[in-house]
Amino acid sequence: MSKLPDGRYVDDAPYDPDENINRIERADMDAPNWLLVWRKFRQHRLGLISGLFLLASYLMLPFAGFISPYTPNERNADHLYAPPQMVRFFHEGDFVGPFVYPRTAVPDLVNYRWTYETDTTRPMPLRFFCEAGTYRLAGLIKSDTHLFCASEGSTVFLFGSDRLGRDVFSRILYGAQLSLTVGLIGITVSFILGIGFGSIAGYFGGKIDWVIQRTIEILRSLPELPLWLALSAAVPSNWGPVAVFFIISVILGILDWPGLARAVRAKFLSLREEEYVRAAEMMGASSGRVIRRHLLPNFVSHLIASATLSIPAMILGETALSFLGLGLRAPAVSWGVMLADAQNLASIEIYPWTAIPMLPIIVVVLAFNFLGDGLRDSLDPYED
Amino acid sequence: MSALLSVEDLGIAFGTSDPVVSGVSFEVHKGQTLALVGESGSGKTISCRAILRILPKKARLSSGRVVLNGRDGRQELHHLTERRMRGIRGNAVSMIFQEPMRSLSPLHRVGNQVIEALVLHHRVSAATAKAAAIEQFERVGFPDPERAFRAYPFELSGGMRQRAMIAMAMISKPELLIADEPTTALDVTTQAQVLGLIKELQKETGTAVILVTHDLGVVANMAESVVVMNKGRVMEAGPASAVLRAPAHGYTQKLFAAAPQIPDVARAAPPLPREDLILTLSDVSKTYHVRGNSRWKPEMLVRACRGVDLAVTRGKTLAIVGESGSGKTTCARIALGAEPPDPGGKVAFRASADADPIKVHAMSRAARTAFQRQAQMVFQDPYSSLSPRMRVMDALTEPLEIHGIGTWSERREKAAEMLQWVGLKREMLFRYPHAFSGGQRQRLSIARALMLNPSLLVCDEPTSALDVSVQEQILTLLEDIRDRAGLSYLFISHDLAVVARIADEVAVMRQGLVVEQAPPETLFYNPQHPYTKALIAAQPEPDINKPIDLKLVANGAGAPESWPESFRFTPDIVPSLTEVEPGHKVRCHA
Repeated sequence: MSKLPDGRYVDDAPYDPDENINRIERADMDAPNWLLVWRKFRQHRLGLISGLFLLASYLMLPFAGFISPYTPNERNADHLYAPPQMVRFFHEGDFVGPFVYPRTAVPDLVNYRWTYETDTTRPMPLRFFCEAGTYRLAGLIKSDTHLFCASEGSTVFLFGSDRLGRDVFSRILYGAQLSLTVGLIGITVSFILGIGFGSIAGYFGGKIDWVIQRTIEILRSLPELPLWLALSAAVPSNWGPVAVFFIISVILGILDWPGLARAVRAKFLSLREEEYVRAAEMMGASSGRVIRRHLLPNFVSHLIASATLSIPAMILGETALSFLGLGLRAPAVSWGVMLADAQNLASIEIYPWTAIPMLPIIVVVLAFNFLGDGLRDSLDPYED
Repeated sequence: MSALLSVEDLGIAFGTSDPVVSGVSFEVHKGQTLALVGESGSGKTISCRAILRILPKKARLSSGRVVLNGRDGRQELHHLTERRMRGIRGNAVSMIFQEPMRSLSPLHRVGNQVIEALVLHHRVSAATAKAAAIEQFERVGFPDPERAFRAYPFELSGGMRQRAMIAMAMISKPELLIADEPTTALDVTTQAQVLGLIKELQKETGTAVILVTHDLGVVANMAESVVVMNKGRVMEAGPASAVLRAPAHGYTQKLFAAAPQIPDVARAAPPLPREDLILTLSDVSKTYHVRGNSRWKPEMLVRACRGVDLAVTRGKTLAIVGESGSGKTTCARIALGAEPPDPGGKVAFRASADADPIKVHAMSRAARTAFQRQAQMVFQDPYSSLSPRMRVMDALTEPLEIHGIGTWSERREKAAEMLQWVGLKREMLFRYPHAFSGGQRQRLSIARALMLNPSLLVCDEPTSALDVSVQEQILTLLEDIRDRAGLSYLFISHDLAVVARIADEVAVMRQGLVVEQAPPETLFYNPQHPYTKALIAAQPEPDINKPIDLKLVANGAGAPESWPESFRFTPDIVPSLTEVEPGHKVRCHA
């Protein structure tokens, strides 16, 4: 620094008045939106972990049959309401690898229930890549190889068994196939309707907007549960489980779209004022092109976040319907169907493990919420 | 005499990264004004906020001392407790923010917001506070202080809100007022009045002022001393007269050279040739119907522009100048066919001298497509005019794609060529807009407008969101392109000094009417209309010997009823545009 005679201070670091206009100012921002979002999302620890967990869960779905030791409707008449079994490694101080102690059911004629006696003298090792009940891998390839199963003469009920002696652990895995995908199908339906109506309302405004807005308000004012009940009651009872499943997801989607449509409309209204949208209009772009090329890409990330936040609602919706006996029906397995077994207080009190399917519901719903939160926080990579 | 506030070696960093501001020192003396000058990103605002410790969440003071030596003795603001700091804010030191539209809470009455500081710091009764507030309102120039006290912010115009902000800042008689670009969002005539007000209040109360600004003209009018900042460092600091008379640092010199000025003109310019008109607007009016406040109030008619007759000569630039709400943007939108004029208005566009005119006000679909190829627009905000999702290449080729011109590789070639036209390199094609600075982005959006080889470019305040030095470059670029491609411009601006550079003819608009129209030289040499005179007078010039003539501004910028008899207009009686000399029209009663 230097001081001029008149008391002025002048910086004397070298200064180049002609800045290169080709210099990139924010090289860190020179990336597609998804990359910027990812960079920010990576720092959101909880969201990242939840995302990985959900990814693993969904990747597991096609292999549910392989991982679970039993098939979902395989009954074990000798082990009704069997409590969870522990997998052990050490027998009398010696390492023998994973094994279980066999149990025998003894009728308790005083309390009128089954009690189980564990025989701790005979370790029954688990078998791996063993053959048991047949299932279809990813619903296509017939197979009977399981990751693990119990030896002849013993059982492996990690989470216990239910009223009919079916393995709760296996059923949770199979149930995930329906319970987790119901949200995806529902959200697809809800997306198509929500984006469609929302963007029409937001872009064109005027009368169309008015009509759509009122429809949304009417739909939103209907009490949800009775409406679900009415719609699912309308599903013919002779339809197969898959058809019922599909229609249930569609119903959930149909009832979910108004919220999304509103979000889309609001976003459209604000994006429409952006100058790049007006620029495209001035270039002569058609409304379809403006929506497709300019509006949708710019809020697709918001859509993904709002979708992740509404999938849990769908999962809960399916569970609630099935719990009430109006959603999926018996041969199909979903978490809600399983919980329907735990409907009365007595069974929860005496056989608390029948309520275990609540755990995956809670975990998955929480994971979706954390993931959605993380995504929402990292959506606007351009600020700051 | 020790300084009221001294800042020494201030450093501010975000998180753990390198400091964005370093080694900033300055002093403010009682009753004096210090101007912090710099362009966006220079760290001037954040340095000011550091004084009051209202920094963004991630920012922290990495070094430095801030000492306030006021009526409560010596206080070191940089390590005061948060609780004691609250006692300083709004009391000994208060602040005015840039955006008057956002700095008042929309849900509270203006009066209640203004007395808050008094009630908090001095524990006075509501009645005393109200009396003080009303007195303050009167002082800052509200015609009806009682009403202003009860008003909600949305009832006030931008200038009035900024006055309310000043009243709020001054009510607890602060020793130091920090004004962060207090007039940047205001029209130039309002700016002059607000600056005048701050100066007057300062004289009365002896408050010291730190004025953050990017405009050397404002500095010349307001400040005793100046600190010029660039990239978080002080470039030059000293008495305003010395710095402005002979800037010593290269950066100050550059800022000085770029500051737009209204030139001194020796004589009027000859009228523009009128043979070959590319665009003519004749008798264009636009009326909007606005629903009344309540069901019982009738629909209101807002007349955005009235009887506008304008013509753009081929190869020349017509500038429309006016404050916000004067109807200049509406005119541009009508000229581009984005909105139809009221029945009776005609807009004709001639692509070449001998072509049939396109009737822009009533275009068929095919005619519209043809017209869009010929007339393009450059927008105001470079940050929102490019979609963040599209690479430069996609953004540039989009117009060609829409009109189905050329193959993919031809489009890419064209885009690369246009990039070179605007001074950028071909490699930029594959980058995303967010990598670029404001000036670069404005270049990109000019390149995009040029992609269709238009013959008319409508520029809607293309430089008002840019720093002065960048503004200078963009204006030069626009001039080059006009001459190189034989373009004609319709240039919308609120800044006469910007227009002075680029325009061949200027139309000054006020309340939807063109009040004066002439080549810029004529306008500056012989302004006739009181509003034009006010606009010229309100332009702050970076010359300490040319202060703003507030009286001239007040005369012209007021309501039309306050103008001299011959210029007055009412909603119903409007004088016609009269030619006072060749090529110079004024709206007055002959």
